[in-house]
Amino acid sequence: MNMPLLKVEDIHKRYGNEEVLRGVSFEVNRGETKVFIGPSGTGKSTLLRCVNQLTPPDKGQVFLEGTEVTHHKSDINRLRASIGFVFQDFNLFAHLTAMQNVSIGPTKVTRMHKEQAQARALAELERVGLGDKANAYPAQLSGGQQQRVSIARALAMDPKLILFDEPTSALDPELIGEVLEVMIELAREGMTMLCVTHEMGFARSVANEIIFMEHGVIVEQGPPQQMFTNPKHQRTGEFLRKISELYGETER
Amino acid sequence: MLLKAALLNVELLLSLLAVGFVVGTIVAVLQVYGGRVLGVLAFVFEWVFRSIPPLVLLFLVYFGPERFGLSISRFLSATIALGLCSSGYQSQIFRGAIQSISSGQMMAARALGMSRTRAIASVILPQALRLSIPGWSNEFSGVMKDTTLAYVVGYNELLRSARAIMDRHYDAAMLSFLTVAIIFLVLTYTGNRALGWLEERTRIPGLQVAGWSEEGHS
Repeated sequence: MNMPLLKVEDIHKRYGNEEVLRGVSFEVNRGETKVFIGPSGTGKSTLLRCVNQLTPPDKGQVFLEGTEVTHHKSDINRLRASIGFVFQDFNLFAHLTAMQNVSIGPTKVTRMHKEQAQARALAELERVGLGDKANAYPAQLSGGQQQRVSIARALAMDPKLILFDEPTSALDPELIGEVLEVMIELAREGMTMLCVTHEMGFARSVANEIIFMEHGVIVEQGPPQQMFTNPKHQRTGEFLRKISELYGETER
Repeated sequence: MLLKAALLNVELLLSLLAVGFVVGTIVAVLQVYGGRVLGVLAFVFEWVFRSIPPLVLLFLVYFGPERFGLSISRFLSATIALGLCSSGYQSQIFRGAIQSISSGQMMAARALGMSRTRAIASVILPQALRLSIPGWSNEFSGVMKDTTLAYVVGYNELLRSARAIMDRHYDAAMLSFLTVAIIFLVLTYTGNRALGWLEERTRIPGLQVAGWSEEGHS
């Protein structure tokens, strides 16, 4: 079967007078990792939110395995349950332990049995290296640990893909590595991922494609190798050089 | 005799607080998440029941149905009238708490696939109600005293019993009113201690430390 896992068509989104997204289309196949880059305010985060309808687009369509997510009659809660979302500022549920944060999805959304959900939650916490923090509350964890819990929270829902919205931007530099390690591991295991991030080391090591956006449109997209060494647009090259300087370019 | 009457005040207090809590929570949720129509209705409701003096409402609820040949018990009328008044105030305590919770909490819940109602019940309210306890203890102390208003519809509560003592033994009047005052001191103290304990018990580890607090690491 050749149908892409996710198909995004001609997404437009306007806030007041400003058109943040001006017709964005792309496709993602199962197991692919795509990285969105671009200057701030170019609609990358808005685009991710349009995919799972946290921000409904004004125009355009999103298909997940052929099912139209944007259709007004679609069961959006059910669709969202199969699309993981990792936020820049984690948004862990403050009143719940790490374990409860991860198990609340399976118990309240997919109605998994409580003990089963807890076993699953513990397994996911161990997968992100936090099995020993199961009973800690978010405020007792470092930013990097919180972000890993939020990745575990997404994983516990058996998502078809995970959207990462600048997952390391709110982190202290020394905590970024532990989150990227988890993400790299996921990508290698074949998870389908869409990431808004400026971590070029991450992009180089696992991304199938880098998508450069500016002013609400996709300027250029291609495999990391080509984007870094032989970009078609001058703007792409400039931007890549700039963020590589800023963020360093360690291979991870 | 007075202690026995005090039990009636406590009974009324608990039932009116329960009414106020349930209705107040619903009103607060509708004000924040209800959209235009339900939101406006909730605001009107809150405005009405915060405006009418409890005594007036009590008369309306107790004597109103009588005009139509219905009778309503003293206890029930006091519970409804004072409970609705309290719901107006409680709703604002809860609304403030709900609005103080970061919008990211709702967003994360929706991103997991929860419906709005589910997210409110499982994510928003458990946090908001915790934050409400200090403000709520104020409302608790207020309505504690309001229970004596049920006096006017003939509910045999504390003040009415003290008054009955005065009628029979005028010499004991001051003593009985002082006793009423002391009973209220004790009740309010006990209630607030219990709420303080509840606040402590439900405190989220690492959060809500008194005064300045350093959040996380970021």
